[in-house]
Amino acid sequence: MTKKYDTPLLDELEKGPFPSFVTEMKKAAAKNAMAADELGLLEKSFRDKVTYWKHGGIVGVRGYGGGVIGRYSELADEFPNVAHFHTVRVNQPAGLFYTSETMRFFCDLWDKYGSGLTNFHGSTGDIILLGTVTDNLEPLATILSMNGFDLGGSGSAMRTPSCCVGPARCEWSMIDTLDITYDLTQEFQDELHRPAFPYKYKIKVVGCPIDCNAAIARADCSIIGTWKGPIEIDQDRVRDYAKKGMNIQEEIVNLCPGKCITWDGNNLTINNDDCRHCMHCIAKLAGALKPTPPFGATILIGAKAPFVIGATLSWVVVPFMEMKPPYQEIKDLHRKWWEWWSEYGKNRERIGELILRRGMREFLEISELEPAPEMVKEPRRDPFFFWKEGDLEGKPWEKWLK
Amino acid sequence: MPYVIPDVVDVKQRKTDIGPPHYKNFLPPVIQKNYGDWKTHEILTPGLMVHIANSGDKIWTVRVASPRLLSTDTLREIADIADKYCDGYFRFTTRNNLEFLVSDESKVNPLIEELKAKKYMIGGIGPRVSNVVHTQGWIHCHSAAVDASALVKCLLDDLADYFTTKETPNKVRLAVACCTNMCGAVHCSDIAIVGIHTKIPRIEHERFKDLCELPTTMAACPTAAIIPDPAKKSIKLKEEKCMYCGNCFSVCPALPIKDAENDGVAIVVGGKVGNLRTPPKFSKLAVPYLPNNPPRWPEVTKAVRKIFDAYVAGAKKHERVGEWIDRIGWEKFFDVTGIPFTWQHIDDWTYTFETLRTTAQIKWVKK
Repeated sequence: MTKKYDTPLLDELEKGPFPSFVTEMKKAAAKNAMAADELGLLEKSFRDKVTYWKHGGIVGVRGYGGGVIGRYSELADEFPNVAHFHTVRVNQPAGLFYTSETMRFFCDLWDKYGSGLTNFHGSTGDIILLGTVTDNLEPLATILSMNGFDLGGSGSAMRTPSCCVGPARCEWSMIDTLDITYDLTQEFQDELHRPAFPYKYKIKVVGCPIDCNAAIARADCSIIGTWKGPIEIDQDRVRDYAKKGMNIQEEIVNLCPGKCITWDGNNLTINNDDCRHCMHCIAKLAGALKPTPPFGATILIGAKAPFVIGATLSWVVVPFMEMKPPYQEIKDLHRKWWEWWSEYGKNRERIGELILRRGMREFLEISELEPAPEMVKEPRRDPFFFWKEGDLEGKPWEKWLK
Repeated sequence: MPYVIPDVVDVKQRKTDIGPPHYKNFLPPVIQKNYGDWKTHEILTPGLMVHIANSGDKIWTVRVASPRLLSTDTLREIADIADKYCDGYFRFTTRNNLEFLVSDESKVNPLIEELKAKKYMIGGIGPRVSNVVHTQGWIHCHSAAVDASALVKCLLDDLADYFTTKETPNKVRLAVACCTNMCGAVHCSDIAIVGIHTKIPRIEHERFKDLCELPTTMAACPTAAIIPDPAKKSIKLKEEKCMYCGNCFSVCPALPIKDAENDGVAIVVGGKVGNLRTPPKFSKLAVPYLPNNPPRWPEVTKAVRKIFDAYVAGAKKHERVGEWIDRIGWEKFFDVTGIPFTWQHIDDWTYTFETLRTTAQIKWVKK
């Protein structure tokens, strides 16, 4: 195919050391008419400083209510091959591992049915096949399913769960993040493919509090691996770090948020009762310190971006949960949460917003969970609290004052 | 697993609700064998690490930058390289980098040599800059106030040394979101860029009644600036309450807000998601507005660099950007970066009180 459009502005972005997305688009444009028009359209956006995609777009495949993001160009006359430019979300393998054979399958498929442009990966985790026409959607979904792949989520549904690399290649993973992600994705296929919620719902799973998948910031339910046992110390290895120039006092002891580590120049001691499980000492002294069982996860709820009430980070609902197959406890909790949210959630209200609107008490009660100090940064500071019939019946103070 | 792409597709053959394939199909044998049984790891160079299992087995990982938007040509090249050095195994990271997984130590250096020859950018491991989590921008989104891929390219061209070689006090996570929906990780990154509008939406009254739902549109507004206009079967906008978030456009196509001259970006700083040392933090506003200036956005690149350099110069080892600012104080942050403090920096929405300074503890930066 000969060069279709001049792209002087985009050409500038082929210079410099970081791999260029423009080069990628040009590679695809050399053999694909859709990609060629996409490049032309983008150059026009760069010239005019606005997007040229029409609002919205509702397309999909039979049986499902999501998985495809419809997109139409405002400039279909000028760039006819991107009149339709839909995105297909494909559920990624947990941990984002691939084989060359699998990747060539995606390439063959996308050269035949799409623009030849992809994203590895979308922020939620999906493989993003970028740009196809409506008529290709049914065959695409069919071929994907024949080869063991399914669509990911979109719309007011459970979105595609994702995780960190976990036990596949990390010594710190205290839960099987890949297995939990795979298991929950399979368990909730219906909730993923057929939107039935007030709004979107995301699950992210990480193996430890370092949170390499940003679960606490990007998932309505954040499952974060943690431990309850003492931190095991290999003193020889700690001394090695000191010998190699690490200032243990400055870099480890002084930065411990629990102020529970001491170093006498020869031995490191940790008062595990005061450990906040932040991972700093373990991460910086790799190979010398090791968390020990019991292992499990902290379950947090509610993270979301700013719309509508402001950005939230997830907050603690279950301080420690064992995470063993078939992960029944977390599945049961989800069913309770979703039933409550579906009943009371307003249109486009995230579950975190609903909890803040109706109160943690109601949320914990429908979850059949008791209040615990681990759930709060601090107790409330005003005296405006509600009482329910029965709260004082058991005279809870008597037990405490005994 | 043999893959098939039939010439003629019988859509009745489609299976539903099968979910993704099992992850074990894609794990290198050495990972399958040592799954969940790793002892430790070492970072050997900025782009190479080795994980050592309790069994003594090892796997080497070579990390390279990816623009996230990839053509099938490049994906095929990656597959070929993986076949040559990694028995076909590779993965992507949660920041969209590419990782080659090498089980045979003798293939590590030849792999790195080939990657260098092919101009791959190797690095991103350890205390440095890694890839930029970003969004669709003008490439695929209707609500983008800025392009995303281009900003990423500009930022990482400028900071390339910090990806491939130089160290920072701790990781510096960069992110770009092309509108205030903030898809991705802008609200919790060390230095991040978000596309913003600065003018109110236009109301296309004729289209409103055909295309939009009044209650949904009203409910989408964080400041309740939208009220019904029954006469026109449309809406009225209380202009003084509108802060141009664009959420009404997300639910109603008749309220376009894109504006070539007045759209631009804000820069936020100090967010983190990890729990190490200090709890996770939101990013906070550093620069309220910079203009869209394609293709290189020089004002944005320069501003990010100023903040970045001030952090590298001023932070202690292991301090993230947010931890550094917490230690030095915001008045000092604005002083050392030279960023002008404006009306827009003072919160006037939900969290105002939480963000005001209820103490006499102040540093005198203006002497």
